[in-house]
Amino acid sequence: MLDIDKELKRGIITENPILILALGLCPSLAVSTSAHNGLGMGIAVMMVLAITNVIISIAQGWIPSKVRIPCYIVIIATFVTILQMFMKVYTPTLDRQLGIFIPLIAVNCIIMARAEAYASKNNPLRSFVDGIVMGLGFTLALVLLSVLREFLGNNKIFDLLVIPGFQPMTVFILAPGGFFIIAFVMALVNIIKSKKETKAKT
Amino acid sequence: MTDFVTIVQISIGAVLIQNFVLARFLGLCPFLGVSKKLSSATGMGMAVLFVMTIASMCIWWVDHAILIAMNEEFLRTIVFILIIASLVQLMELVMQKFTPALYESLGIYLPLAATNCAILGVVIINTGANPFTGNEFTFIEATVNGAAAGVGFLLALVLMAGLRERLELADIPKSMEGFPIAFITAGLMALAFLGFSGLSFFPGGH
Repeated sequence: MLDIDKELKRGIITENPILILALGLCPSLAVSTSAHNGLGMGIAVMMVLAITNVIISIAQGWIPSKVRIPCYIVIIATFVTILQMFMKVYTPTLDRQLGIFIPLIAVNCIIMARAEAYASKNNPLRSFVDGIVMGLGFTLALVLLSVLREFLGNNKIFDLLVIPGFQPMTVFILAPGGFFIIAFVMALVNIIKSKKETKAKT
Repeated sequence: MTDFVTIVQISIGAVLIQNFVLARFLGLCPFLGVSKKLSSATGMGMAVLFVMTIASMCIWWVDHAILIAMNEEFLRTIVFILIIASLVQLMELVMQKFTPALYESLGIYLPLAATNCAILGVVIINTGANPFTGNEFTFIEATVNGAAAGVGFLLALVLMAGLRERLELADIPKSMEGFPIAFITAGLMALAFLGFSGLSFFPGGH
């Protein structure tokens, strides 16, 4: 049946949405300026991903395959709208910080990719687990990026001072820093991957 | 006269200072996916420019005539996505019929433009306040903003494709191949575009 360990490993490591599959890059670079924003965005995406996966998996029998993409888009956009209304009421500060990137979850490639590649072929329970582990992988990668950026650019992690006297480099909070950080994290992932492959061969 | 100044401000703002790809991080998927060859980058950039301009115009009307008039602003995300998707389909049909040459060159990139977050991004920005005047976007301002954002996207995409064609021949470390080196290139470009943030002429903004 469901092997939770294996699923978790798949979502977080072997098929990590940001670092391995390179999906959903726009929000991951735009909101990773502070760890709070990264965590908030990650959880928001995880919730939408899990719910839409379940709904699409239940509805797969009724959706004609020719119009499935528009149907998925409407389902996803509906839940994004609900999420947006919830966030406006319960987390207004986060809502203001993330700005247009909350409605843009609707066109995030990860959600569409999981709907098309997984939820439309598997049962609701499996799809729900897939949504959660993929969302978890997205959240962890996003938190990693934003912790690095917040530390280098602001000398803070979750708004707490890290090293007193360290002069932060503001460029890491700005757009170029986002590109540099993700480049180096992805290069690091490549090194780890190739090391593992050579180990497996010998 | 003030209208003209606002239009210049919006255009330079969206093309250079707040470039959609390099400063706002919108539309990164096509930016990395289609920037391997100069010819396909130009095609994609033109398709996005085209869709963005027309989508900004249509959505401004729908937003003001239907959504705001009926107090249904919460439906914006769904309605905008549906309009963009159907607009792309419609444009495909019209172009196929009347301008087959243009359709041949842009054809395959048009459906990709429908799921581009830069397009949804610009129409959502158009529903907010204009940073230069502090008021809502007028129809002309929204159109100009859409077109300028498209030009900015085209510029970034073409520059990136030119750089990546050269990079093909460069000797780079194995772990940096593919996405990492593309991100480093984009980062350096973003650093260069950061220089434009010194270009400030915001008399209306203060």
